Amino acid sequence: MASITLQNLAHSYAPNPQGEADFALKEVNLKWGDGEAYALLGPSGCGKTTLLNIMSGLLTPTRGRVLFDERDVTAAPTAERNIAQVFQFPVVYDTMSVRENLAFPLRNRGVDAGIIAARVDRIADMIGLTPLLGKKAQGLGADLKQKISLGRGMVRDDVNAILFDEPLTVIDPHLKWELRTQLKALHREFGHTMVYVTHDQTEALTFADKVVVMNEGRVLQIGTPQELFETPAHRFVGYFIGSPGMNFLPATIDGAFASIGGERVDLGKSYGSLEGAVEIGIRPEFVKLTSSNGLPLEINRIQDAGRQKFVNGNVFGAEVNIVMDASEAIDAGMTRLAIEPAKISVFQDGWRVEPKGAE
Amino acid sequence: MTKRPLPSLIMLAYLLFLLLPIYWLVIMSFKPNSEILGAFTLWPQDFTLGNYRTILTDPSWYMGFVNSFIYVAMNTVISLCVALPAAYAFSRYRFMGDNHLFFWLLTNRMAPPAVFALPFFQLYSSVNLFDTHIAVALAHCLFNVPLAVWILEGFMRGVPREIDETAFIDGYSFPRFFTRIFIPMIGPGIGVAAFFCFMFSWVELLLSRTLTSVDAKPITAIMTRTVSASGLDWGVLAAAGVLTIIPGAIVIYFVRGYIAKGFALGRV
Amino acid sequence: MEKTTNQRAWFLVLPVLILVAFSSIIPMMTVVNYSFQDSFGGNEFFWVGLEWYRELLRSERLWDALGRQLMFSSIILLIEIPLGILVALAMPKKGWLASLCLVLIALPLLIPYNVVGMIWQVFARSDIGLLGRVVTDLGFSYNYTQDAVDAWVTVVAMDVWHWTSLVSLLCYAGVRSIPSAYYQAAEIDQASRWSVFRFIELPKMRGVLIIAVLLRFMDSFMIYTEPFVLTGGGPGNATTFLSIDLVKMALGQFDLGPAAAFSLMYFLVILLVSYVFYTVMIASDKAEAGQ
Repeated sequence: MASITLQNLAHSYAPNPQGEADFALKEVNLKWGDGEAYALLGPSGCGKTTLLNIMSGLLTPTRGRVLFDERDVTAAPTAERNIAQVFQFPVVYDTMSVRENLAFPLRNRGVDAGIIAARVDRIADMIGLTPLLGKKAQGLGADLKQKISLGRGMVRDDVNAILFDEPLTVIDPHLKWELRTQLKALHREFGHTMVYVTHDQTEALTFADKVVVMNEGRVLQIGTPQELFETPAHRFVGYFIGSPGMNFLPATIDGAFASIGGERVDLGKSYGSLEGAVEIGIRPEFVKLTSSNGLPLEINRIQDAGRQKFVNGNVFGAEVNIVMDASEAIDAGMTRLAIEPAKISVFQDGWRVEPKGAE
Repeated sequence: MTKRPLPSLIMLAYLLFLLLPIYWLVIMSFKPNSEILGAFTLWPQDFTLGNYRTILTDPSWYMGFVNSFIYVAMNTVISLCVALPAAYAFSRYRFMGDNHLFFWLLTNRMAPPAVFALPFFQLYSSVNLFDTHIAVALAHCLFNVPLAVWILEGFMRGVPREIDETAFIDGYSFPRFFTRIFIPMIGPGIGVAAFFCFMFSWVELLLSRTLTSVDAKPITAIMTRTVSASGLDWGVLAAAGVLTIIPGAIVIYFVRGYIAKGFALGRV
Repeated sequence: MEKTTNQRAWFLVLPVLILVAFSSIIPMMTVVNYSFQDSFGGNEFFWVGLEWYRELLRSERLWDALGRQLMFSSIILLIEIPLGILVALAMPKKGWLASLCLVLIALPLLIPYNVVGMIWQVFARSDIGLLGRVVTDLGFSYNYTQDAVDAWVTVVAMDVWHWTSLVSLLCYAGVRSIPSAYYQAAEIDQASRWSVFRFIELPKMRGVLIIAVLLRFMDSFMIYTEPFVLTGGGPGNATTFLSIDLVKMALGQFDLGPAAAFSLMYFLVILLVSYVFYTVMIASDKAEAGQ
């Protein structure tokens, strides 16, 4: 197992990239710690698969270096990197049995037959394929095939990292949960470095210790699920994580106060004065519907989802979502929005601004 | 991506193998007979267009091309017109004897034209169709209709049934749905089927020669006549050969993206 | 996709049925009719029962032609299928080069059969043909109109030239339908080129290969025009395949009865062999899938 370091990495599919727009992956500096489980989260086309393919060696980056521990593998072919990859669509060798599938990577490396048999049995046991070892891979379901691809990766004991490229896309919903739990258990038990690419935030947040959020070819934030939720580094992270995403209200900032459409909002901390496009962001979970003081709110609709109520409305033209307990009552006089100051994030030109200190 | 020298080499060798005989035919068509028979030259020393001039000015030659085009076009149209509804039926419905019928249709693709040459001759003579374009066009339906049904059925199966159902719910009658919605949707399939009908009708000799004598004689038959009589005019023959390749080459160019797909989609 | 039962679908099939009845069933009945009769002067017929069949089954001529035919079909299948696969794998996968290769490869398929025969007739002649001349100059004695082996080599080369591309095109379609993830996985598993072929490409080509083998078998079994133009069935009867023999009998000698009996048996042999091929291949396909 190894840590993976990406230095000044950038990639363009154009042969002679000119401006930044030509780059599918903009400059990235990242270190994936040894034995940790990461999720690479972002919408389709954000460059996450490009990044994954660079790590696995299927793509050579236009710029920058890839290090496995201290070794520079930027130009090394896939086979030399000792990584495993599970693809979006199950890749199994149809004509082989499950056992032969699992043994295949070891056979190709000329491993002794006795060792192969032992490894295959152990891995099959770990991922629950033992009863199927003698079966042809072709007739099996998508979930089992994905397990086989995973097994083919894990069967090598010297594997540096396991990469997952949206591995649950074709899996039935009721099996997704089970597979994800199993994966997490495997990670806890064997401690492989794992990188899991997905556009599904639930998958990312439940699988990974650390989540890397990407958009438009850029890495926006790396953090624990909690950090992403509470202190998104970019407005995209705020918007993308959480359901519904963060609310944004255009504001002008003066010290510890924001002014939104002429109303003053206490921020609790000082931000000095900020230029450019300034917004405050607040999660729907941290705003309240009140009848007394706060920002004036026009309610568009209220949805009751059983345990929670979702309120959607407008504040000075900006759309706002509110999540509240189902038990809380709403009455006609509640036309104001109260914001919890401690949970406010301030964004300048899209990026989060750290407060200068309490005032 | 790494460079792979071996595949390129194989490809190059194969293309050379394919193109050399054609090259030989082409240069021969630009040589006078004296050079063809007298001197062994790798390219025309005594370049001439005379062979082509002979073909394009002599009606007994160029009418052969016209005749071929007429019956090939007729055959393609007839084959597609009858194959389209049949392929639709096979791809959408289950009916009495459908599988047997489908297999029986395909067996006609396996029937050697040589078997049918004589009975066709007698059949078309008896209904006064001998030496007409339509006779050849109908005869070629023997192998082109099964093929067209086979290819079209494959393409039609790829169109979701929901499309049909939605159209019928929207109040389309079957003929209107079929011509306005369905046929445009399987455009590529029709293209591929037409390509194969064209191809097999264009290249066939035995039946077209047996069923014609003067008025509908195809170019291919005229060429064989020249082989047996009049002491082999190689130059003109080569020029005629080159001219028979050109329509095929043009057609391939237009359907190059679909050729391979055409067969691959048929039902196994 | 579940099909619905609808007997009215027969109406859609009817045009095909009428057309094929006209171009297949009626002539077929004529053939069947002739095969049981003898004719004098072309219009007097009398019933001879199975006489022609009995005679044919005893005639060496038919068995020889059948033997030649089977040998020819086996040889060209053994060459064209592997070669076709090889070429399909060597094809460029995308770009203008792929289009160009595709067009050039498909070219022989659209050349009229007699022109194919003519091209090779000239190309292989030792006096005026490039191939014949080169082979002779290299010191081999080569003359496809005199020597049976030379004639066979030339006919086989011609068929390989003419039809390998069909196999290639089919296999190319099969190979191109393989998602790139398979190749990436193979690279990660350090599979050799041979393993990639054996375990990824070949299984994916199975379906199209079945079609290719069937088509090539059927068409080579019916081959007529190309060898007829090239060798006229000779030297002697060396390249007289079933169709050539049949046409000689029916249109050359006007032996309607024997020719008709010959036709029917010929057709039956093709059907039978195709059916066996098909069943065996589908069965092994099922076995491969199941277990």
